[in-house]
Amino acid sequence: MSLRESGLEGDEPPRHIRPRVRIQSAPAPTPPPQIGGDRQAVQRAAVFDIRDMTVDYGAKRALDGTTLTISRNVVTAVIGPSGCGKSTFLRSLNRMNDSIPGFSLGGQVLYHGHDIYARATNRVEVRRRIGMVFQKPNPFPKSIFDNVAWAPRNLGLRHDLDARVERALRGAALWDEVKDRLRSSALGLSGGQQQRLCIARAIAVEPDVLLLDEPASALDPVATASIEDLMHDLKLLYTIVIVTHNMQQAARVADRTAFFSLDTTGGRRVGTLVEYDDTEVIFRSPKDSRTRDYVTGRFG
Amino acid sequence: MDPAAPLAPSGNLRRRMLVSRLVTISATLAAVVAVAALAIVTYGVASRGAAAISLNFLLNDPPAFGGPGGGIASAIVGTVIIVAAATVIAAPLGIVIAIYLVEFAGPSSRAGALLRLALDLMQGIPAIVVGIFVLGLIVIPEHQESGFAASVALAIIMLPLIARASQEVLRTVPGSLREAADALGVDRWRAILTVILPTALGGIVTGTILAVARAAGETAPLIILDTGFTSATTVNLFKPMPNIPESIFNAAEAADPTGFTRAWGAALVLLVLILAANVGARVLLARSRRRMGL
Repeated sequence: MSLRESGLEGDEPPRHIRPRVRIQSAPAPTPPPQIGGDRQAVQRAAVFDIRDMTVDYGAKRALDGTTLTISRNVVTAVIGPSGCGKSTFLRSLNRMNDSIPGFSLGGQVLYHGHDIYARATNRVEVRRRIGMVFQKPNPFPKSIFDNVAWAPRNLGLRHDLDARVERALRGAALWDEVKDRLRSSALGLSGGQQQRLCIARAIAVEPDVLLLDEPASALDPVATASIEDLMHDLKLLYTIVIVTHNMQQAARVADRTAFFSLDTTGGRRVGTLVEYDDTEVIFRSPKDSRTRDYVTGRFG
Repeated sequence: MDPAAPLAPSGNLRRRMLVSRLVTISATLAAVVAVAALAIVTYGVASRGAAAISLNFLLNDPPAFGGPGGGIASAIVGTVIIVAAATVIAAPLGIVIAIYLVEFAGPSSRAGALLRLALDLMQGIPAIVVGIFVLGLIVIPEHQESGFAASVALAIIMLPLIARASQEVLRTVPGSLREAADALGVDRWRAILTVILPTALGGIVTGTILAVARAAGETAPLIILDTGFTSATTVNLFKPMPNIPESIFNAAEAADPTGFTRAWGAALVLLVLILAANVGARVLLARSRRRMGL
């Protein structure tokens, strides 16, 4: 241990929050980080083909014509300032906005070629295949086991439930922490554990896509790091779309990044897709000046 | 303002402190009055009723053709059965109404607003009016007063109480749980059955038991719908059943001087039953709160 470090010994964090150091030393966006980008991403099959999607809440337009393609088994990040429509965009992918009064959607959202908003499409079936994890951990007031087992039970996947629950908890990197107290209440877990439990609950039904709406914004840096680590493993099995207002997080986890911003022309404020490209391009050499201003921290 | 002045109250702070103290004192006094009223009523009933309470009073039927002596066993059994039947009718209906209001009719739904208004109006119907209504509905066509007719009347009285209380509890179940269930691709009704209702169960039971307490003391419909010549213990709901409120009424009106003591005794029994139900409800509510992590 160096002299300087030993001088700080008293302030050294306890072991369990050590990973904090790793996060702080993560490369800042400028100069751009070494991104774990997957160069094959472009050639991969499209999961979502979104064509000129617009979203209105009553008379207010929330999202202007958005066209983009989301590929299989990559992590796609959606970044942008507050109110730019990134959550609206995400929640439109599995029809979670349907229950919001006045919601209407224009254009097309094709999922493996099927229109998510077609008359024949059942939104419960949509969500069965496209799972979602929310900003605030929202475990059911049940035991840890019952949280994960709830959806499989209700969907008739009762066969070998114990193994399924264990697989989901391992998948969410939570198994080792909870395996001895599966029967105790999920509400007794820490915030980070609760969020990983919610991820386990979502992957217990083995969806095709996982939508994450700012999954780490209510968590401390250690819990955030564990969620981010998790994403690198999860993308091998699932297609992941993650909304975040934390640019470093997008840079760390995403292969592709979509930057949304507020278009204030004509006195209205409407969310717009500004730029969508490989994460490396977005952070290193964005084509649009608004993207450049945002990723270099000049606004937002 | 002189920053160097001593930190004693200055300006109008002295007056504001006085007002604050006055408000605190009057609020505390109001609370004391409320508790005192409950204590005085309870003490009054307990001290006078205790004299009547004996094993004989609790376990024996009254004399077959009136007169002094005997107990109120038949009335206790009758009240428990009548109120239980009323709960069986009103609770499922009330809970389903609450589910409709909270889960299916949106906050801006016209049907929901109409239903809430109807429930509130229903709560305001005097018990005697409900009694007359059920008299025409059941007793006159059947040519028979019965415990069942009384149960129907009590169910009508309980229904809005249960529906409104359950609605309030269901509304406190966080919306994030519904979203979580939706996002897992599970039908909403399964979420209601296996997540939302279990979460709210303690509160719903509390509301139901409070309604039971209210119904147990209703006298007017029972006098109209459920008086018979028999005073023996019966479990046949479709015949007239002796019951506590009517026993109190009859005993208090009786010419016999011991009747008054018996009325106090029966009142004490009713009060204890209701208090027990209330305490049970509070315990359940506390448990439900803990489970919801509130």
